[in-house]
Amino acid sequence: MRLLKLVPENTNFKFMRWRVPFFAVSIFLILASWVLVAVNGLNFGVDFAGGQEIRVTFTDRAEAPIPELREQLGQLGLGDPVIQRFGDPNSVSIRVALPEGVESQPEAAAAIGERVASAIDSRFPNVRRDANETVSGKVAGEFRTRAAYALLAAMLAVAVYIWVRFEWQFGVGAMFALVHDVSLTMGLFALFQLEFSLQIVAAVLAIIGYSLNDTIVIYDRIRENLMKYRKMPLVELLDLSVNETLARTVMTSLTLLLALIPLLLFGPASLFGLVAAIFFGLFVGTYSSVYAAGPILLWTGVRSDSFIPKESPADRQERIARGEA
Amino acid sequence: MLNFPMWKRLWLWGITLAASLAALPSLVSLTGQAWPQALPRPTVNLGLDLAGGSHLLLEAQPAQVAAQRLENMEETVRTLARQAEPRVRIGDLSTQNNQLSFIVDSPADVDRMREALLPAINGTGMQREWNLQVVDQTRLVLTPTAQGLDAAVSQAMDSAVEVVRRRIDALGTREPTIIRQGDTRIVVQVPGLQDPEALKSLLGQTARLEFRLVDLNASPADIAAGIAPPGSEIVPYADTSPFAGQSIAVRRLGGIRGDNLVNATQTFEQQTNQPVVTIQFDQQGAARFAQLTTENVNRPFAIILDGKVLSAPNINEPIQGGNAQISGGFTVETANELAISLRSGALPVDLAVVEERTVGPDLGADSIRRGLLAIMVGSLAVVVLMIASYGRFGVYATGALVFNVLMILGIMAVMNTTLTLPGIAGFVLTIGAAVDANVLINERIREELRRGRRVVTAIESGYKEASRAIYDANVTNFIAGVLLFLFGSGPVRGFAVVLVIGLFTSVFTAVVLTRLWVADWVRRNRPTELNI
Repeated sequence: MRLLKLVPENTNFKFMRWRVPFFAVSIFLILASWVLVAVNGLNFGVDFAGGQEIRVTFTDRAEAPIPELREQLGQLGLGDPVIQRFGDPNSVSIRVALPEGVESQPEAAAAIGERVASAIDSRFPNVRRDANETVSGKVAGEFRTRAAYALLAAMLAVAVYIWVRFEWQFGVGAMFALVHDVSLTMGLFALFQLEFSLQIVAAVLAIIGYSLNDTIVIYDRIRENLMKYRKMPLVELLDLSVNETLARTVMTSLTLLLALIPLLLFGPASLFGLVAAIFFGLFVGTYSSVYAAGPILLWTGVRSDSFIPKESPADRQERIARGEA
Repeated sequence: MLNFPMWKRLWLWGITLAASLAALPSLVSLTGQAWPQALPRPTVNLGLDLAGGSHLLLEAQPAQVAAQRLENMEETVRTLARQAEPRVRIGDLSTQNNQLSFIVDSPADVDRMREALLPAINGTGMQREWNLQVVDQTRLVLTPTAQGLDAAVSQAMDSAVEVVRRRIDALGTREPTIIRQGDTRIVVQVPGLQDPEALKSLLGQTARLEFRLVDLNASPADIAAGIAPPGSEIVPYADTSPFAGQSIAVRRLGGIRGDNLVNATQTFEQQTNQPVVTIQFDQQGAARFAQLTTENVNRPFAIILDGKVLSAPNINEPIQGGNAQISGGFTVETANELAISLRSGALPVDLAVVEERTVGPDLGADSIRRGLLAIMVGSLAVVVLMIASYGRFGVYATGALVFNVLMILGIMAVMNTTLTLPGIAGFVLTIGAAVDANVLINERIREELRRGRRVVTAIESGYKEASRAIYDANVTNFIAGVLLFLFGSGPVRGFAVVLVIGLFTSVFTAVVLTRLWVADWVRRNRPTELNI
């Protein structure tokens, strides 16, 4: 049986030739993402911002038509509604996000709830309205600050570990790649005003994990080659390392894409944001391992002697005793 | 490298099968079948977002907040009057009709009181909290403003939500949903369909602890008739106390509230071995407690919880150091419940459970079905690609993935963790890491073969060289996972738990197990050529 080989043997792409323009683009995209998040803001979903809860009972049905409701209410322009069976199988609770500034105006909020309820009325007769009330967000006020501290602590600890196992330049490079990937993902959400829910928090965490994994794999090969080829110019050595790991990079990214595409194409609508974010993160994560994490090593001056095993005094005496230079 | 002695082989298979078997009850319950009662049944709990749970609606009475504020204001007025130089005499104080009214001696005193009360009246917010009127020249009337009352209710509800969250966390319930609804209600949803009785009794307890002096001037006949001497009120004994059904008179002001606690634990009384709750005051509380007990040696004081007297012991000597023991006919469970309530702070308002329902999953059962289907299709595609690329080694990788999934579920079941959507994101990430580990190993073996190594050497160095990158990548993620768990909350923790478990099993299955299988195959067949 002939096995599939996605990447030809011994490729020799000059990846690092384009490092300056690509790096400039990366910096620009990071800054643009920050500006977008600052100016547009994130479109926080009902998990964070709270919203209006409407409860209805479908009196002539045994079970509430949740999939149809989800589809119909998704088109009202109120973000993704959270629809939950509530008590009896034919009762549902629906939570929708409120447009900015509406939370503090009870009449306007009630009107939004009314809009949702009459949209349901127009499609399903015999619907009883049980409640229409404003609710708070699901996460505690301290959640955002705690999450930010947790991320910061995790990043610092990871940087220290990489510093110990590699060199400080590698730690800087990995952190830069991480900031790059997280910033761009947030930027994407700010640009298209996609709903930022608790699921997206999970997606960002997964992106961080993937980004670290991918960067470390390439760094490991650079470390190995630095020990192997002491005299090779760094640019060539980076190119060699990326080429040697290219088959793995392509294969791993492809398997993950294969796993994600079905979820993106015919997975549930309520998971679309999560899957789309991870999908995007996969691309930026792979890109940043080469073009964000690589050039940093060049510019911070990694040298091959960083990895020469240090000679212990005992070894030194033994060498002199043997009469070697 | 490819040499596995028998004891190691047994260990590896033992760990794999034990962890995988623990996943069986969860998988069986997922298909809707019943698991035999006689067998142990560790199961993975599904979170609210995946499986739904119980829903409780708690309601507060805003009138209670108003009454509490009025009482605080009375205390403020009396303190200010006492501290004024010269002291302002206050008479005919009443708190009828939601307003506080009292008379002072002269119009000059009115001005001085008005001056002293200004900060309390204006409050800390943007709006004035109280209106002050002067009637008949020497009577001051304080009425709460509507805005001030609204702000106070809103603030009380905010802190009630925090207290509810702390109490539910103390029960060990994972990832509840706690949201405010309307002005005076709190929605609590907890995963799982078991009866939420324990939760209800914990949330129903306000846990307002007070230490007040007993009024010895009240005659038993007056107490029985419900008539309290001026400045005192009648408080009934708790149902669990030996004096249940009786009441005593306690001084209304000048006591200590249990707000200043740093800790509360369930312990046993040394002589009687009765369950009690030991509380520890913070510095300020300890100082006030010491002062109260010093000034009132040989007089009884009442320990009051939520308006019921637990006990009224005599103060034999001043109590320094800020530790106190509360007894009151507790069982271990009720003492423990009270300790949790006291630790998490008193609720600023009583909460009543007004509605109780079961709810479906946040995500909707329909979404979960479609999601599972998509995941199956995706997994199948991954398996096909792995086998098409690496042949026999792809089959090993697939086998490792199956055991990986089983082991993660099994370990989660034994640790009784809750799986939520963020947890699934962690799950997917570790599966990705496992796939990547096998890709790294297999690509490395290809590379070594290209360099002209013999089959066995190529496999050995393929595993050895790739392991370094796999090790570093997984330790990095492991460190991140542990810190996210320590510092994060809610969904961040749900993600981190699964990540940390999954990284262990990924490395174990993708590196150690596949190496065992490869070693067996190499030993049996002595291959001279390798199709990879």
